[in-house]
Amino acid sequence: MQNLSLSPGRATALALISLALFLAFWFVIPASGLVSEQFLPGPVAVVERVVQLISQPFAGATLPEHLLSSLGRFLGGFLLAALIGVPLGLMMGWFPTMDAIAAPLLDGLRFIAPIAWVPFAALWFGTGIGGPIMIIFAGAFPPCVINAWQGARCVDIRLIEAAKMLGTSNFGMITRVIMPASIPSIIAGLRISAGLGWQSLVGAELIVASTGVGFMMVQAQANIAASTVVAGMVSIGLVGLIIDILLRRLERAVTQGKQA
Amino acid sequence: MVSGYAGATLAEHVWHSLRLVVVGFFCAALAGIPLGLLMGYNRPAEALINPIFSLIRPIPPLAWIPLAILWLGLGDAAKVLVIWLAAFVPSVINAHTAVRGIDGALFAAARMLGAPRLRMVTEVIIPGALPMIFTGLRLSLQAAWTTLVAAELVGALMEVGFVLNVAQQDIYPSMILVGMVTVGVLGWLTTKGLVSVERMALARWPQGRS
Repeated sequence: MQNLSLSPGRATALALISLALFLAFWFVIPASGLVSEQFLPGPVAVVERVVQLISQPFAGATLPEHLLSSLGRFLGGFLLAALIGVPLGLMMGWFPTMDAIAAPLLDGLRFIAPIAWVPFAALWFGTGIGGPIMIIFAGAFPPCVINAWQGARCVDIRLIEAAKMLGTSNFGMITRVIMPASIPSIIAGLRISAGLGWQSLVGAELIVASTGVGFMMVQAQANIAASTVVAGMVSIGLVGLIIDILLRRLERAVTQGKQA
Repeated sequence: MVSGYAGATLAEHVWHSLRLVVVGFFCAALAGIPLGLLMGYNRPAEALINPIFSLIRPIPPLAWIPLAILWLGLGDAAKVLVIWLAAFVPSVINAHTAVRGIDGALFAAARMLGAPRLRMVTEVIIPGALPMIFTGLRLSLQAAWTTLVAAELVGALMEVGFVLNVAQQDIYPSMILVGMVTVGVLGWLTTKGLVSVERMALARWPQGRS
């Protein structure tokens, strides 16, 4: 770490310079004919293509329609992962037997990439909605479990002892003591799993889906329509960013609510 | 294993996949770690590089696959490019945060003692940043394997991922399972290898060296 830190003004100036340089390169390389527009569309071409795709369908649907079907699958898989993963993690944190049974299984499954489930997903649930949802689930499930488990393990022992002394049942212990105390850790896990789920979705759609942004990009690649491919990349990046910002908001709201 | 599937035996598929991952991973580490160290140490460099980096980062590596295929065709080059991209990001981020986490007093002391630039790098930055750099490398390796499977499923001819795809079209679940387990075992073995490299490196450059 250098002691000479930049003044905010200089830092902003450098950031602006770097973004301007980036855009300039991106603009000049295809415009100068060094690389054909067909392979590297410039920023203007991409923006034009995005605007076009909003009203004009490609691969059977417009860009907003593709995005909606991707988002629907994402929500399905993500919610399923949260609904199963969080309670499982909490129970693993509370019942030692449960932990002993589930932990080795989860450890083994962790080394299998979510995308490696694609053939099974397609075989079991088809390429419509079920297959991609299973892939998202495979990507989003581990962080949900791990963070809920960690949260449950770190609950203040005095809380648990007090609740025990008051005769709280196992069910009450999990829903009214352990879960509220592990909320920050759970939400941090949800953020990670949303990111991984969104990534897995893109991978799944490239391979098995018949709608969605990933499918649109594969079709565009087959038709050598680079501007459509890049338009898909930009919208995937933007939606991923929005999901992350929303969850970060939620995270902040929860931690502040806790302090208040 | 011996009789072969999808045009090659399992050993051949494994060898081919392993090579792709290793090449992509090493290129990513070789480019990513110095870049991250530079960003951590030099504020103007950070101010210049960070905006571009945060512009590209939200795009998942898998989303580059169609573009990579468009640019480089269905061969190995496209796969290495995508694996490189996936492994590059964690290497940079962790090297960057690692330098930021080094105690500022160490730099001040080294500078006061008149340490030249090179020794600053070898005696302060590398030992201080090494543990986190390795955390980043482990994440990079994991990302490389995940991406490999996706890249091979999208379009490939002779890899482990391809076995998965062919087996699925033939509806041959036991073969799918073999493919999945192989990928898992390979990921686990390479991680083990990296951990032992980490142990040797940390012994060579211990953190509290006088």
